This record gives sequence, structure tokens and C-alpha cells, in this order.
Amino acid sequence: MALVLNDEQAMIREAADGFFASEAPVSELRRLRDAGDTTGFSRDLWKKMAEMGFAGVLVPEAHGGSGLGLVAANLIQEAVGRNLSLSPFLSTAVLGATALAGASEDQQAALLPKLAAGDLLLALASDEASRHAPHLIRTRAEAAGNGFRITGAKTFVLDGHVADRLIVAARTSGEDGARDGITLFLVDPKAAGVAVKRTSMVDSRNAADIRFDGVQVDGADVIGAVGEGAAILDRVLDAGRTCLAAEMVGVSAQSFSMTVGYLKEREQFGRKIGSFQALQHRAAQLYCEIELAKSATLKAAQALDAGDKDAPLYASLAKAKAGAVARLATNEGVQMHGGIGMTDEFDIGFFMKRARAAETSFGDLSFHGDRLARMLGY
Amino acid sequence: MAEPLEAFRGETRAWLEANCPPEMRERVLEEADVCWGGRNVRFKNDAQRLWLERMAARGWTVPEWPKEYGGGGLSADEAKVLAEEMRRIHARPPLSSFGIWMLGPALLKYGNEAQKKEHIPKIVRGEIRWCQGYSEPGAGSDLASLKTKAEDKGDHWLVNGSKIWTSYADQADWIFCLVRTEPDASKHEGISFLLFDMASEGVSTSPIKLISGYSPFCQTFFDNVKVPKENLVGTRGKGWSIAKYLLTHERSSIGADFGSAGRDTAAQIAKKRVGTRADGALADEGLRVDLARHDIDTLCFALTMERVKDEAKAGQDIGHLSSMLKHVGSELNKSRQELLMSVFGSDGLLWDGEGAHDGDMAKAWLRSRANSIEGGTAEVQLGIIAKRVLTLPDA
Repeated sequence: MALVLNDEQAMIREAADGFFASEAPVSELRRLRDAGDTTGFSRDLWKKMAEMGFAGVLVPEAHGGSGLGLVAANLIQEAVGRNLSLSPFLSTAVLGATALAGASEDQQAALLPKLAAGDLLLALASDEASRHAPHLIRTRAEAAGNGFRITGAKTFVLDGHVADRLIVAARTSGEDGARDGITLFLVDPKAAGVAVKRTSMVDSRNAADIRFDGVQVDGADVIGAVGEGAAILDRVLDAGRTCLAAEMVGVSAQSFSMTVGYLKEREQFGRKIGSFQALQHRAAQLYCEIELAKSATLKAAQALDAGDKDAPLYASLAKAKAGAVARLATNEGVQMHGGIGMTDEFDIGFFMKRARAAETSFGDLSFHGDRLARMLGY
Repeated sequence: MAEPLEAFRGETRAWLEANCPPEMRERVLEEADVCWGGRNVRFKNDAQRLWLERMAARGWTVPEWPKEYGGGGLSADEAKVLAEEMRRIHARPPLSSFGIWMLGPALLKYGNEAQKKEHIPKIVRGEIRWCQGYSEPGAGSDLASLKTKAEDKGDHWLVNGSKIWTSYADQADWIFCLVRTEPDASKHEGISFLLFDMASEGVSTSPIKLISGYSPFCQTFFDNVKVPKENLVGTRGKGWSIAKYLLTHERSSIGADFGSAGRDTAAQIAKKRVGTRADGALADEGLRVDLARHDIDTLCFALTMERVKDEAKAGQDIGHLSSMLKHVGSELNKSRQELLMSVFGSDGLLWDGEGAHDGDMAKAWLRSRANSIEGGTAEVQLGIIAKRVLTLPDA
């Protein structure tokens, strides 16, 4: 498949860029943060995103979605990155919808239309350690009655503070770090024994620490097959990683554009600082790095859409590279802005905060470098 | 549209199967394995000669050049299929030549009909080996300050001066050369693009020995060399545009070389030499991290090459990307050679004597240091990106 956008995708990009720039620009992030908003995003915006077909981007048309696929989801998320738009897109439209792709017909019929309509928020409760370790799952689901009883604790559950339904990775068998024996469950956060504690993060987004104390679920709440949840979980995580890579490409591109703009305008020593070779070469280097991240991200989305067997490799490649590049782009952005870059009044700091949080989500450069080396056979 | 392409793939596969000699499907191990063509070509074996003749007869030494000048006349899609099919059987390129990589594209764009008819078919068939006369002892990164002059003597040009870093000038048949024809014009305005025979009276070459021990480059001297008037390409005094166009091609092809797959990665080589732990991870953890970082960039670069090709096919302008590709490709090849030196440890330092393999590892490492100097230094590329792509202000 050619590594370029087709006409439909080019239109989606244009629509997404226009939508987020006007509906959810950086000033909206600032407003929500300053208001101490505990939801962390505008529910009106999410409704509009559903009307645009964004919420259901990965939901099949048969279930009321637009079924456009992950390349389209990436384009939306890239626009989100450029504008630092706050919404439950990643947690619900990407992670939630991908998990439900592995669910039963009944589960899909019950949940997907609501998801696509913007009426159902989902959150993936999988990580238990502060450094991402996807199969390190100690939360147990013991067989009980005609279902299971879940006990354990999850951390960094994105949008877990507002989710209508949690997708919980729990262990039904096997050792703590084993890939086998993981099962995915749909859990109502209002069920007895679930304790949700909102955690407010550096990037003004919200997550949750969630405890499960003997939470009763029944067999119909299992997603996929018992003990084989890792296959679905890995696919969900790779979709999330790819979309985060796209978001970080957007974060990088926007912070780069602001920085280059500043280099052309700021004067010191009687000349534009962009005329100094020391800064020109760093800017040019950054330009190259962003181009590399773009290619890997598009490839990962195409590979996942096509069900390519190398898709996990490309997902790790994209996440690793885009993470490193976003860190570089935002660090350089702050540095080249000088003192003003350190002020809260100026936006560049928001980009740096988001870059760090996005890189930390679902594995950073070290994690994905290790995973990639393993997949390449060393 | 996909169907005729698949038919083309089938025919190509069958033709390559029947016509690519087995020897030409083996890895290139030494300089003699590379066929440069030319008047004094010395084929290593019959297979190398046959492979060149058969490919040249179809114009497939230059698959996308127009048929009327002997090229293959393939579409970009067909050329991609041919490249894939050649890669599939590990077929070597039948011909390596500065005529293909540099002069040909410039001639096709700027040459007149007579020049194209005269020179292009000979490039396609590997009959004339070209060298490039660009840099001068006093004009390196500041190429446009070149001083070699061509005086208008009515019925001919009289060329005097000297060039440096002329690759294989001592083995080349003809040179494409930047000369100053308008001494009073501004730096960029007085340059012309001239072609002439290296056998002309007054041309001499002197090889330069490099830190790798090799001498692929020469200094080349012109002492009252007479060049026919019709050998000037394009407009007199406008040679700088041709020079820039050609450098863009050179940069892309340097980038392409490093992006090409088919050779063992540094990590694969490391695995064989360093070994693995019980869980399959490389035994040396620090090296493993370094290799993974390198592979991340290498894979991203290969995908970027692919994306740029696809963007070009889709009709997008990619001219502004050539400096990026050249720069990243060069840095990656340097990093690969550095990593391999680490992987080989003291074996990588062997230079002479038994088991040294002619110092291949060390020589490849030393050679790679030139990647970010030749074809415009890394600093020149970054400057081009800063000024032309990012439009940052001049000092």
C-alpha cells in the first residue's frame, strides 16, 4: 500500500484540522484547567465529535459508526495533538472501540451504537505499575457463582474518573507476568466494590486509580475468551500507541511551527535570532526528526488497518520514535523561546507537558526499543 | 490498474529468472564485483558482461528513462516492481555509474536533442564512464566560488584550472564540469556546465590517498584543454541551476543507497558475534540498547524513503526533501559503521596480515566518515533546510 493518504483520508485530515482548531484550541485547554474542571473536557465537544463521525471512527457502520479505520483515527488524533484538544477520544473511540471489536455480537450491539453516538464513555484499566508493563497483571478474577470476583488495583486509567464502563484486564490463571491467563472484563464502575479515585496529571488531563475489592461480574461480561485476553489487549494497546504516536507528531509539528515562527520574529544582538547558525541547524535537525516520525506513524496505522503481521513492530516503532521526537521538539521549543517559554502565560509549556504524558502512556522509548529488539530477534 | 501491473510482475520475474546469471545474484564482496562500464571496462567474469548487456538491451540499467534514448520507458509503478523483483532474487545492479546517478537526469532536463542523442544511449549501455568536476581546492562547501575557467576562443572553449575529489577521474572517459565562462558576472551567474573527453590534451589526474588507504578520488588538472563549443549544456552562464538540480539528484541517491535493504543489519551481525542470552536477547545489554536505537532510526528512514517515493508518484513536490534524505541517510550509515566497529571489538581494528580481510571493517568505517562531507556536508544540508525549507532569515 502506498505510504500516502488517499483522497478520503485527505478530506478527513482537513475536516479534523478545521474542527479542532475552531472548537477546541489550546485556549480551551487553558480555560478548563483554570476552572479546575473535574471532568477534564467539554461534554458538548464530545457530542459534536460524535456528530462529525469522530467518536465512531473505529465502529463499523452496521453499529452506527463511520468505520473509517485507524489511519483516519490517527489523522483526528494528530489534529488533537496540534491543538491540545481535550476529549475522551483516545480512551473511548480508540481503546474502547478496539477492545469491543473483540467482543461478542450481543456486547457490540449493546455498546457500540452508544459509543458512536457519544453516549458511552469507556476506559481501559490495564496498567498496574507506574512504568508500563502490559502483562504484569496481579489483579485476580476468581471463578465465583456463574461469573467471577475481581480483586486488585489499577493505575493511570485514562479517563477512568468519568467512564461509564471499564474494560478491566484481570488474571484468571498463570503467573503475574505471563501473557497467558489474562481475561478482559466489562465492569460497571458503580458496581459494589469498585473505588475510583481521580488523579490529575501534569498535562491537565485526568486519569484514575481504581481498586476492585471482590467485584462480582458474570460470564456475559467477559470480552473474548477466558484466559486469552492478551491477544485483544495487545491489539488495543497497539492501536492506542499508534494514535498516541500520531498525537505526538501533531504536538511536535505545532510546537516546531511555533518555535520557527518565534525564531523569525524575536530580535537580539540587533538581528533575528533565527539568523544564528547554532539555532538554524538545531531547527533543521528537528525538521528531519519530525519527518521520520511521520513516516513510521502512517505505516503503523496502515499495518494495523490491514491486519499486517508486522503491525506490532510498526506500532512500537512509531511510539518509540514519535515519543523521542515529541520530547526533543518540545524541549527545544521551550529552550529556543528562552525565558518566555518558561512562563505559564505562553502556550509552549503545555505542549511539553503533553509530550511527556503521551510518551509515558503505554510505553516510552526504552520500553518500545526493548520490544522492537525482541521482535527483531535480539 | 493493478492487473496489468501484476502481469508485468509475472513477465519480469520470468525474464529475470532466465537472464540473471547465478553469479550476479551473489552479494557484492569487493570493488571488482561492481561494474562501472566505460571504454576500458574490465569485466570480472562473463556473467558480469552478459548481465550488463542483457539489462542494457532492455534499457533496464535505467528503467524510467525514455525509450527514445535507450532507457526502459517504465512507469514509476513498473520500475518499483522491477526493483522488487530484482531484490527478491538478490540481483546486483548491472551497472554503477555517475552517468546514471547524476549526469543523465541533468542532460534529460537541460541538454539539447543532439547532446541527449549522443550521450544518453552510451550511459545506458555503460560505454562511457563519467566523472564529476565540481569541487576545487579552494571551493568546497562554497562550491560557487569555483575558479576553473573556460575562455571563449571563437571556435572552442579553452579550459584552465583544477578540480578535486573527482571520483575515479583516473578511470573515467568523460567529465561533466563546472567552469567559469563569464569572469565579470556575479559568483552564481558566471558558471557554465561543460562536457569533455578526459583523453583531451592537457588533462591530467593525480590520485589522492585517503585515511581508508583507498584512492577513489583524484585531483584533476586542466592545462589549456580545448573543448568544442557545442559541449556546453543549457544556457551559457546558467550552469549553477544545472549544478543544483544535479546535486539534488546526487543527494537523493546517496540517501537511497543507505536506505536500501538486503544487507544484514548491525543487530543481525551482532547476534552472530556476541551471542544471546537464554531468553534470546543479545548478551551485551548496553550494545543491545544502542542497536535498538539505531534500528528505530534505520526503519524510520527506510519508511521515509518509501513515503517520499510514493508522494512523488502521487504528484507531490518532493524537491525540498532531498537535503533531509541526504543528511539522515549519511548520519545513519556513519552510525551503522560505528556500531559495527563496537560489535567487532579488536577484530574490527585489524588492518593487515592473516585474518585481517584487507582491513575491510576498519576501511568501511573510515570510508563512512566521508558520507557527511561529500555531496555537500551535513552543515551545508542543515543550512539548506534552514534557509529554503524553514525560510529562516539570513545573517
